[in-house]
Amino acid sequence: MAVVAESQFHVLAVDDSLMDRKLIERLLKTSSFQVTAVDSGSRALQVLGLSEDLTSSPAVYPAHNEIEVNLVITDYCMPGMTGYDLLKKIKGSSSLRDIPVVIMSSENVPSRINRCLEGGAEEFFLKPVQLSDMKRLRPHILKGKSKEQQLQQEEEEEEETSISSNKRKAMDEELSPERRRLRLSNNNSLI
Amino acid sequence: MALREQLNGLVNSMFLEGLLDEQFEQLQMLQDESSPGFIAELITLFCGDSERILAELTKLLDQAVVDYQKVDAFVHQLKGSSSSVGAQHVKLACVQFRQYCEEHNKEGCLGALNVVKHEYYLLRGKFDTMLQLEQRIQAYESKQQI
Repeated sequence: MAVVAESQFHVLAVDDSLMDRKLIERLLKTSSFQVTAVDSGSRALQVLGLSEDLTSSPAVYPAHNEIEVNLVITDYCMPGMTGYDLLKKIKGSSSLRDIPVVIMSSENVPSRINRCLEGGAEEFFLKPVQLSDMKRLRPHILKGKSKEQQLQQEEEEEEETSISSNKRKAMDEELSPERRRLRLSNNNSLI
Repeated sequence: MALREQLNGLVNSMFLEGLLDEQFEQLQMLQDESSPGFIAELITLFCGDSERILAELTKLLDQAVVDYQKVDAFVHQLKGSSSSVGAQHVKLACVQFRQYCEEHNKEGCLGALNVVKHEYYLLRGKFDTMLQLEQRIQAYESKQQI
């Protein structure tokens, strides 16, 4: 069982442009994130463990509870699955929907931005993404994690009135005991 | 050191002329001891991408009936990569190009393509010099460490 002592958050970056992948990778690494960069939405889903290809061997694509992704940052304009399509797939998955998603685009189109935010994206970054934008990522990751902590405390106490949604609670209960143990050990490191 | 002064002088003049914008400054901030080849890598990718795209655009605009959707898609790509590397004049030329695309203006597009090519090759020459200087500086500095 992997126990992360000093939690370095893991970001999954999605962009079909190799140049932009190199750039976002450098930006993220400089800001102390662990990075996995992929070139398409379908690859991203594979990394997240939501492979649409049921015949893929586990040795090639590890089970999703072994690769924890703390945030997804994706380009909007991509051939095949757009960033918006990927966002909807993530938010539509009971196991993945709490992962914060940030969308990047080179075009400042208000209707596009609104659509993404309404679709569940935490933020919309205009390209080229800057070093200063990286500071905006951590709060979204921590917000999610502190919600997890809170939920666990509530579950342990059992009587507290829940201030987080029932959906999240339902999701939490679906998790394997092993995953919960992982969470508990992460809890200690966050203090 | 003379080489470094030369390099700084070159980059500064490119900023002054507007060939490069603040995005290039961002890239300079991102390059450090842990990633000494970052800018060189990005520039190399940019040049490869750009030349491929310019060749495609030339072919597309050579057709009797122009597929403006395809042309626009390529120009959009080029605009994106020039923006990411800080190539301001190339980026601006792409913006103008897309206007002509939208209007389905073949003459305008042909003219715009020429402008983009001009700006790109101008930049490319200076990038080549930049990378050569960087290489020489890094070779010199690693010798110093022995």
